[in-house]
Amino acid sequence: MVQSVKTDSTDEKALLKGLALNDHKSVETIYKLFYNMVQTLIINNNGSADDARDIFQETVIVLYEKAKTGTFELNCQLKTYVYSVSRRLWLKKLQQQQKYLPNVNGLEETVPVEEEIEVHGQRNAEFQMMEKALLHLGEPCRSLIEAFYLQKKSMTDIAGHFGYTNADNAKNQKYKCLMRLRKLFFAEFKNNNV
Amino acid sequence: MQDVQLLDAIERFLRGEMTPEEMASFEQLRKSNPEVDEKVVEHTMFLQQMEAFSDRKNFKSILHDVHNQLLESGDIKEAAPKATVIQLWRKYKRVMAVAASIAGITTITIAGMTTYYSQKKTGQDFERLKREVKREVGQKVSEAINTVTVQAARNTKAPENTPVKFGGTGFLVDGKGIIVTNAHVVNGSTTVVVQNSKGQEFRSRIIYSNPETDLAFIKIEDADFRSIGPLPYGIGKRSTDLGESLFTLGYPREEIVYNEGYMSAKTGYNGDTLSFQIGVSANPGNSGGPVFNKNGEVIGIINARQKAAEGVVFALTAKNIFRSLEDLKKDSAFQNIRLTLNSSIRNMDRVQQIKKIEDGVFMVKVY
Repeated sequence: MVQSVKTDSTDEKALLKGLALNDHKSVETIYKLFYNMVQTLIINNNGSADDARDIFQETVIVLYEKAKTGTFELNCQLKTYVYSVSRRLWLKKLQQQQKYLPNVNGLEETVPVEEEIEVHGQRNAEFQMMEKALLHLGEPCRSLIEAFYLQKKSMTDIAGHFGYTNADNAKNQKYKCLMRLRKLFFAEFKNNNV
Repeated sequence: MQDVQLLDAIERFLRGEMTPEEMASFEQLRKSNPEVDEKVVEHTMFLQQMEAFSDRKNFKSILHDVHNQLLESGDIKEAAPKATVIQLWRKYKRVMAVAASIAGITTITIAGMTTYYSQKKTGQDFERLKREVKREVGQKVSEAINTVTVQAARNTKAPENTPVKFGGTGFLVDGKGIIVTNAHVVNGSTTVVVQNSKGQEFRSRIIYSNPETDLAFIKIEDADFRSIGPLPYGIGKRSTDLGESLFTLGYPREEIVYNEGYMSAKTGYNGDTLSFQIGVSANPGNSGGPVFNKNGEVIGIINARQKAAEGVVFALTAKNIFRSLEDLKKDSAFQNIRLTLNSSIRNMDRVQQIKKIEDGVFMVKVY
């Protein structure tokens, strides 16, 4: 069972490259290759299908962020890497839920991924801070900021869509919102870093 | 105002939109004024955070789409946890058998007694929320339609000369056209027409109706209906906590109506555990309508209210849907109905959520 899906290392490189470019097909391939493995791991260790889904998606995000740095060198099979990351993430989650398990039983070998998990945890925290800040920002500020910074719409489009008389007006409003968002975000940021 | 201009300059600087001269003077400013420099660093960091946030958000939605897509195509399967329960079962088989029989006898006795004592009460101050369309109104409407038909040949799918008798609400549980509503809404009729929030009507057939659980499934069988793909909302399996905020969509009138409230009790009328009590206002016509939690997951189906009290509305728990679906799946024709479990509208604000959900909520018209 250990190496039922053996992918070529060039294939794996292409896959990671696709992943970094948000390619739908690559995500699908990764799903097809590894989802069942991760699900088995989680379910055999006290988890539900929902947990499996969460852990797997987190793992793919770790992989995605690694791939995006461009300097990611895989020293082992992708499968082993995915397995190790999900295993570590799941252990961490179990610990948080105080469901202590002496040893997660699995058959595959693992590689050390502590560093990745830590970086990922940090990123997760930052993501949540931004999400929280946006949530507290309220409407219409939130939509305005999202339209400009996330959906990258032009100021003229935004002015039309939100009913401002001209782009300059919208711009002014956007700055007011941005200042508030920054304040919220940095407050949160300091809170977390103390 | 200075700050505004400075931020604007920083953003243009970072996006490389400055002319060379502007760039040079900006660099100069940074060097000469440490305060400005600090602001540039700070804002750069902030914009990077935004960038990372938007990136991750996009990627998450891709993951979500792929997951649902592969689930639908059957490439991956969500396995049920097997684990320890089976082992425990083997170990304690005999003890459990004894315990179960004792529990069984007790339950039956108690259930018998409860039904005996409480049966007479039910129904007096308990009102089903289907909308009865009054004769005159119905006739007026059909007259109005008739006059229109002459002029504009309006394409109504209602059977001829039969006014609408009852109205209720229903919602898609499978994008391919399976709708859930209350059994008392469709009770005793064969023809059902459902109408979406844009006013399009579709002919449909009742494929399952169980007056005991008060649930019914309707299948849209109309050439004009197109599958809406993966549903934006999921059917929740979790139980809900007291005080959790929730919202409903339904058709107490000819228009879709939004309402919000909270979870007020974990059991329904007379301690019924298959339903729960919510604090929203509901009117005849809301029956069969979905109850969503703030994540946009369906947690219940409105089915009745208490007449004597104000704002006491009952909804069936979403678990009933799963149970009834098991029943329905015994018929091999409906094997491939799949419920969505996770909602993709989790972190949106309410207005956006409703825009997505709206397409899945239908008016059920019974003739």
